[in-house]
Amino acid sequence: MSQSSQLWANPVWTNLDQIFVLLQHWVEGFFPVWLQPAVGTVLGVIAIVAAFPGIFALTTVLERKGLGRMQNRLGPNRVGPFGILQPVADGIKSLTKEDIVPLTADGVVHFLAPVVLVIAVFLGFAVLPVGRNMVLTNLDAGLLFFFAIGASTELSVFMAGWSSRNKYSLLGAMRAVAQMISYEVPLLLSSVVAVMITGSLSTVKIVEAQSGFTGIFPHWYVFTPWGFAGFVLFVIAALAETNRSPFDLPEGESELVAGYFTEYSGFKFALFFLGEYLGMFSIAGFAITLFLGGWGAPLSVLEIIPSWAWFFAKLLCAIFFFIWLRGTLPRLRQDQLMNFAWKFMLPMSLLNLLVAGAWRFLGDGWLRWIVCSAVLLLAYGLLGRVLMRHQRLGARSYRYAD
Amino acid sequence: MTPLAAFLIVAALVFAIGLAIALTRRNAILVLIGIELMLNAANLNLIAFWRFGTHPEALTGMMFAIFSIAVAAAEAAVGLGLAIAYHRHKKTTDLDAMTRMKG
Amino acid sequence: MIFGLSIVFVLTSILTVAGALAAALLKNLVHCALSLTITFAGLALLYLQLDAQFAGFSQILVYIGAVAILVVFAILLTRGAGIPEYRSFSSSWLAGITISAGVFALLAWAVTKSLSASASSSAAPQVTVQQIGLALMSSYVLPLEIVAVLLTVALIGAVIVAMPESRTPKSESSQGGDR
Repeated sequence: MSQSSQLWANPVWTNLDQIFVLLQHWVEGFFPVWLQPAVGTVLGVIAIVAAFPGIFALTTVLERKGLGRMQNRLGPNRVGPFGILQPVADGIKSLTKEDIVPLTADGVVHFLAPVVLVIAVFLGFAVLPVGRNMVLTNLDAGLLFFFAIGASTELSVFMAGWSSRNKYSLLGAMRAVAQMISYEVPLLLSSVVAVMITGSLSTVKIVEAQSGFTGIFPHWYVFTPWGFAGFVLFVIAALAETNRSPFDLPEGESELVAGYFTEYSGFKFALFFLGEYLGMFSIAGFAITLFLGGWGAPLSVLEIIPSWAWFFAKLLCAIFFFIWLRGTLPRLRQDQLMNFAWKFMLPMSLLNLLVAGAWRFLGDGWLRWIVCSAVLLLAYGLLGRVLMRHQRLGARSYRYAD
Repeated sequence: MTPLAAFLIVAALVFAIGLAIALTRRNAILVLIGIELMLNAANLNLIAFWRFGTHPEALTGMMFAIFSIAVAAAEAAVGLGLAIAYHRHKKTTDLDAMTRMKG
Repeated sequence: MIFGLSIVFVLTSILTVAGALAAALLKNLVHCALSLTITFAGLALLYLQLDAQFAGFSQILVYIGAVAILVVFAILLTRGAGIPEYRSFSSSWLAGITISAGVFALLAWAVTKSLSASASSSAAPQVTVQQIGLALMSSYVLPLEIVAVLLTVALIGAVIVAMPESRTPKSESSQGGDR
């Protein structure tokens, strides 16, 4: 083991790393033995319900400030220093707004749609390992559980769009469901490579398999050819699953009013907003777990910093990356979106599976690096060429307002 | 009542309701829903017998149920495709009106 | 414990059967499809109570995530979401109810008659996903390959069946000949 792990074995840093686990055991100590597992689980649930909506509040203000700066404007800066307290103002506004339900809307389904979304999204956090020994349930089929719950969010989108009895809502809901279904397949296939190499569907084991170091560099899957391709495909599919730009045609603000949640106001709209952003966090968390080493430090000398701090730092970097993409890329059209999913991402994910299998059996050494990288780059180049062959890019022309 | 008997009674109930849907409703898509319910009830039977039967480590019941889930999904896709194709021709999904084989 | 069954089981089975009954009795098709989803969720919970985690999660992923969406898409594409232009129940509904009640009575009688003697509940089998994977690759590899071919055939077949027919250009001579 490297020198840094001796540093880390110092009890001060171990306790800091495990501080939340120790806190949980301390609170459990107040209860009788037969009640302790239930109390532990309740504490974990309270931690999730407190932490992730807190990050959501921070993200709303970061996004608006970040987008504003990218668009050469300031963003919210009235409430609190630098607009930090904006989420408080937003929360008060959405809680006190009148809840308008259209007269012909389907009452029960209209009410249940945001509830189903929020329940499904919170359930997805149950198998996310945020630190060493810090996962709510260590399910043997944890990844399958997450993808199953993620597939249930599509149903709530449909319920919202259909129950509003509004053409724009239905159109937005159909677009959103078609998009989510199409990108479900590359999402699952690109995550399968991490499962193949680890040999387990349990998220805890996947993170532990990436926690070794050679020299000072970590064994993260993103630093291998198949892992890098898988990571890129997973992030693109994750953007499409959560309807983030550049895949946000279902909520295209300029053409569909607000897509499937047009007819929602007040607290229900806030619930949809919360559900969408929390979905983004959980899928970003899974991208980090599968490919970026979960709670592991990027360099072995930095293992002193607690594991949960690394996880949330990586999560914040991922959130910033998503906001950056939203401010930079134009929106994809519906058919361009579908073409991209079925004609580019699906073949690439299937090829990635083969490459990961070849990686496993080519033995240690430089040969497998060269072979795998060459195959992936060749496929990317060929597929890109074939798909772009009908696009004629003319000379750039300028149009000025007269 | 043993747990196995309870699970089997629930499965029989869901099967009977699925059969009732398939026999009494007039919409083609609802009949397909009934068929899906019947397949699900059979899956529940399989898994209940796997859990409470002999040799659960052979995984036979669970494997059968997983393959049945896959096949049922494929059958639902084809059946719904048929219903949509028929609707495109005759503009109806009323099963009582689908009395002719001739297109 | 009611009748020797756990309370969780009783609640889940009530949810499942209520969802199935709602799917049978509701007039609005989309409501039927959504109560079908509740039935699927109840069944997934029942699988989880039977220690079949892989089957339970697959049930949620396949049925709720795919089949339910398929059903609602089909309902919307066949314009079933509005007021139906024909009656919901067919004219022979009484015969259908009688048959299904008879089937249920037969099954329930068979279950209670044959299982009244044994009251054993064995220990929960610890099934890991690795065991399932090994079984799929060793004992069940032939069904796996056949299901793969079946799914591909079903995918292509469903697309072909539901694809709109390409319009053949009508010949011009039949229209201008009578002037």
